[in-house]
Amino acid sequence: MNLASETRNDVVIIYVKEERLDAHNSTELKSAVQKLFEDGKKNVLVDLKDVRFIDSSGLGALVSGFKNAISHQGNLKLSSLQSQVKSMFELTRLHRVFEIFPSTVEAVENFQS
Amino acid sequence: MENTIEVDIKVPNKTRYLSLIGKIGEDIARELERYSGDKEVLAYHLNLVLTEAMVNAIKHAGPKEPEKLVRIVITLHRDDLTIRVYDDGQGFDINAIPAPNFEELEDRGRGIFLIRTLMDSVAYRKNCKENMLEMKKKLS
Repeated sequence: MNLASETRNDVVIIYVKEERLDAHNSTELKSAVQKLFEDGKKNVLVDLKDVRFIDSSGLGALVSGFKNAISHQGNLKLSSLQSQVKSMFELTRLHRVFEIFPSTVEAVENFQS
Repeated sequence: MENTIEVDIKVPNKTRYLSLIGKIGEDIARELERYSGDKEVLAYHLNLVLTEAMVNAIKHAGPKEPEKLVRIVITLHRDDLTIRVYDDGQGFDINAIPAPNFEELEDRGRGIFLIRTLMDSVAYRKNCKENMLEMKKKLS
């Protein structure tokens, strides 16, 4: 899976550079996020700008990351969801769970506040 | 057989083929001349149900052998779309699968819910030879 990352103001941003986040590649994202929290990072932002398609496994990997954040007293937020990807969060009520921001800039600002 | 399209596909039971199968669903949605709804939304939904059903078939297929195949048949007749996905595993009782508990954060358990939400009817049948997940949608 193609993931890029950068750190901005103590927030680790993971960019999912894939068109699809599905059962074929979601385990890699799950492991990458898990490792960040295990390594002591507290603030993780997953940016989904390039993701055009997400399935239940992709949603599950993000839920796992969210739970990992809680168990490590950290935060996991999301940014830049395409409209159809966002509708999957709404269908599964996960938009009530995740803090979702239109851009990485807005998300990073929110971590600071 | 006017207005009937039948696509009969067999692919290895590997997740790397999910994208290929999903794209076939998307292309079918975009070909529907008479469909009055949003074709891009339908394209996503068909991609999704095909992806979920194929993952399900991979999961429930028999022992993991490289030569195992998943068979998917998509039939479009007038305004009725039927997707059948076959597996030769143990099978499961689709009616015993609960809806997700939205108050509890589970990693898994949303696949069948999504299929049921996006399709008009869903059934899982088992005979002595194989199992079939059948999903239907009216496109009128």
